Amino acid sequence: MSGHIYGINGPVVTVKDAPELAMMDMVNVGELALIGEVVGVEGDTATVQVYEDTSGLTAGEKVVGQGAPMSITLGPGLLDDIFDGIARPLKVVEAESGPFIGRGLAIPTLDPKRLWDTQILVHEGDILQPGDCYAQCQETPLILHRCLVPAGLSGTVSRVRPDGACTVEDVLMELTDERGRTYPLKLSQRWPIRTPRPIAERLPIHRPLITGQRIIDTLFPIGKGGAAAIPGPFGAGKTMTQHQLAKWSDADIIVYLGCGERGNEMTQALEEFSELLDPKSQQPLMCRTILIANTSNMPVAAREASVYTGMTIAEYYRDMGYHVALMADSTSRWAEALREISGRLEEMPAEEGFPAYLASRLAEFYERAGYVRTLEGREGSVTVIGAVSPQGGDFSEPVTQNTKRYVRTFWGLDRALAYGRHFPSINWLTSYSEYIADLKPWYDAHVSPKFMEDRQRIFTLLQEESQLLEIVKLIGADVLPEDQKLTLETARLIRVGFLQQNAYNAIDTYVPLEKQFRMMEVILALYDGSKALLARSIPLSQLRATGIFDRLCKIKYEVPNDSLDRFQGYEQDVAEALRQVDEANR
Amino acid sequence: MRLEHIGLSELSGSLIALEGVEGAAYDETAEITLSNGQRRLGRVILIEGDRVVLQVFEGTQGISLQNARTHFTGEPVRLSLSTEMLGRVFDGTGRPIDGLGELCPEERRNVDGSAIDPVSRHYPRDYIETGISAIDCSMTLIRGQKLPIFSGSGMKHNELAAQIVRQAKLGGSEGNFAIVFAAMGVKNDTADFFRRSFEEAGVLQRVVMFRNLASDPIIERILTPRCALTAAEYLAFDKGYHVLVILTDMTSYCEAVREFSSSKGEIPSRKGFPAYLYSDLASLYERAGMIRGRPGSVTQVPILTMPNDDITHPIPDLTGYITEGQIVLDRDMDQKGLYPPIAILPSLSRLMKDGIGEGFTRADHPALSNQLFASYSKVQDARSLASVIGEDELSDTDRQYLAFGKAFEQQFIRQDAFQRRSMDETLDLGWKLLTLLPKSELDRIDDAVIDAHYVEGAWKSLPGIAP
Repeated sequence: MSGHIYGINGPVVTVKDAPELAMMDMVNVGELALIGEVVGVEGDTATVQVYEDTSGLTAGEKVVGQGAPMSITLGPGLLDDIFDGIARPLKVVEAESGPFIGRGLAIPTLDPKRLWDTQILVHEGDILQPGDCYAQCQETPLILHRCLVPAGLSGTVSRVRPDGACTVEDVLMELTDERGRTYPLKLSQRWPIRTPRPIAERLPIHRPLITGQRIIDTLFPIGKGGAAAIPGPFGAGKTMTQHQLAKWSDADIIVYLGCGERGNEMTQALEEFSELLDPKSQQPLMCRTILIANTSNMPVAAREASVYTGMTIAEYYRDMGYHVALMADSTSRWAEALREISGRLEEMPAEEGFPAYLASRLAEFYERAGYVRTLEGREGSVTVIGAVSPQGGDFSEPVTQNTKRYVRTFWGLDRALAYGRHFPSINWLTSYSEYIADLKPWYDAHVSPKFMEDRQRIFTLLQEESQLLEIVKLIGADVLPEDQKLTLETARLIRVGFLQQNAYNAIDTYVPLEKQFRMMEVILALYDGSKALLARSIPLSQLRATGIFDRLCKIKYEVPNDSLDRFQGYEQDVAEALRQVDEANR
Repeated sequence: MRLEHIGLSELSGSLIALEGVEGAAYDETAEITLSNGQRRLGRVILIEGDRVVLQVFEGTQGISLQNARTHFTGEPVRLSLSTEMLGRVFDGTGRPIDGLGELCPEERRNVDGSAIDPVSRHYPRDYIETGISAIDCSMTLIRGQKLPIFSGSGMKHNELAAQIVRQAKLGGSEGNFAIVFAAMGVKNDTADFFRRSFEEAGVLQRVVMFRNLASDPIIERILTPRCALTAAEYLAFDKGYHVLVILTDMTSYCEAVREFSSSKGEIPSRKGFPAYLYSDLASLYERAGMIRGRPGSVTQVPILTMPNDDITHPIPDLTGYITEGQIVLDRDMDQKGLYPPIAILPSLSRLMKDGIGEGFTRADHPALSNQLFASYSKVQDARSLASVIGEDELSDTDRQYLAFGKAFEQQFIRQDAFQRRSMDETLDLGWKLLTLLPKSELDRIDDAVIDAHYVEGAWKSLPGIAP
């Protein structure tokens, strides 16, 4: 299975005399054995995209096919580590080649020497089906790693190894199928990254991914197994929002994919997630996190592969029965990598130079999200949250538009809000969530039956405000009738006191649903009470003078998440302020 | 034995093609010798069987299909490196042009560099005090950051960059800072302006200058920032210098990339720029930073002129997606004679959040800068309202915002090109300005911090503000 290099154009290499090479096969290119993937075959010429810098390659060097599609090794040791776009561990890369990444490094994804205390769950003679769990080990203090029979394999167990320490390469047992062929089962397995891992069935989305971010959980929630997009111009806070979600959302496992973004951001994620403790378990967040980094100056072809690497890892843990959230920052860089390679392949460009298959690739990717019953019969999910970096901040460009078609939650970041330092800068007028109806029963049962009603009232107030602001722009706020002034004042309170959330404040960075609900209740109580007073022609200025609006603005900083009984104080303050104004006008 | 290929098979723009070449490597350099003895440098950009396409850095004037002999050197474009580079001037491809002779290199390195492993990076946290209030308070420059200046033709970006160089206390201890200056497609006058300002600041002996002027070949321009960053990485990570890299003008660089791309017949994407412009720019900007266990740092201040002052143009747009913030200059402020004409709202430093506050600058810094941003953004609303209904009709609060906005621009942003304000002076000034607004408008600051710093009526000590 080998040919030789005929032509080289950036990351695209053409190979002659290699008729056995199949589409999507993994190949080693040249003397350095650079890793590549076949992306086109025509006659006896194959086109290969190379995942590393091609400098120094010469025509005539050999190209060796590996006879299998681009695959990665899955097994214990993925968590609490950082990998490049084709799943090479960056810490080992550093040890091998120093701070600057070298080329042609053949480094296994998982440490072949590390010992895992493994428990074997099957006995000789047991009959196993795909998805059956045959062994487990404690991967991190938070995550029990369960080894499942890969899809397509079934048979009778033989030659079982006893419980105890073993490496990812040790054979734990053999599986003999009907035809008498035997397959070794290990702690690790390989899976082609572009093939979705099979499941038993898809289940409807019915549980929210709780993020502790008020505008997300309350106004635009996402379900476990859902897909969301965060588009925004530079500086609007995409990465910041993704980091917050990775830190605080209640998924069991986070796969954080830095795709074509800044090196320092990945360094920061690695540092922060190692230091921060998970609020529930008091273990470092890295114990449930896998980082994948293809920074913007790493090879572009590996960027194209990195999203599939991340997705495959996410699905692998989903199959064990975990709820996984995949944060991809940013999918636009992936789309641009597609465009760049497409250009090198001299394919016919469609909109803005992107290849015509952009939409179908995006669809394939986002459709791998879902809430499922696994082959084993457990429930698991992959939630995908993709950042989008539209050119010039213009949401009408192809990547944003095509992404919008395949996600059901859209958090549109806004440059104007970011300039005013309103963070998270999610624009409540352009964003939406289609999961509201799916999730209502859950909110009713777990928070309060009034939650969705309050949400709708808050949302309506914000929309009324935006209409009123159009008028205010023309004539000023002073001439508005009092009830409209109240709408403006309440909406301001909602914006500043509720929607704005300070990621750097120890209390405000994560807010439980119960507190979000209580905050809405207090705000709406003030609104209702005030409205009743205004109906008696009492001017809003009297209410403002009590300082109650400013006081409620600070709830977010002053009520710790574990002492929600302090809300009673605010409820009394509201009642007291209303009573004062009421009495003054008797 | 020196193997030379005689003649060419094709010639187009800055590209030449040869046929019957065995064993040429992708990206390797070649020497092209003309029959009159002239030498040029080329680089392999495409291989197709035995046909090889080269880009010629100095351009193809005077080359014919017959008069050129090509020798493949077998190595990529390398730059000679030594600490003797400090104080020297080079052309866009790294050859000395100051008449002081060749460098005695300690090492020669591929100018393309390679990506820093994110695991090896040291997350930048030490701020650089530039002495410019707008920058220090609102978009603090951090050592190891890449913070570009988005400007437009005719604005004072060069003066600002020169002031940063003059006043930045890089590294604290004297003696281990260096400046790498790359001029790409700039006017002779601009290059000379920077040379003079380095001289006036007394730092000329610490500057490594790479010069590709507007009239120099564009293909060389593509190499210029790569040479400069290779020198910077060498000085920082091998020799322990804190290096400030000024790259000007990135717009000319990108246009050179576009010109070259179209001469290769590549499929253009937005505004004719090649699809790989993002990756190409990233391969430059990402070469800023710090590395764990190594003392030096590379801080980049690239300057770009936004065509038609449009921040959504591909060059500033792609740059903003890669760099860690941006300093945006504003045409209106510049025309009003306000220096530095920094537009506060669109400007940003992504790394400042971890490099300011307690233990770095001052505990009240994050909240103060946040509040100044928020309040100044409300000034814009008040101004647009005033332009519709007139100032007299505004509410008292809106009028207070107008007064605050004016004072903020005139007292805080405005600063003499030779004036240095310490971080304390800058922050205290910010607090004084905030007293123009009532306490209840300060919704970004904890009450305790307000009580500690907000002195009712403190603005009266500022000169030239009418109540």
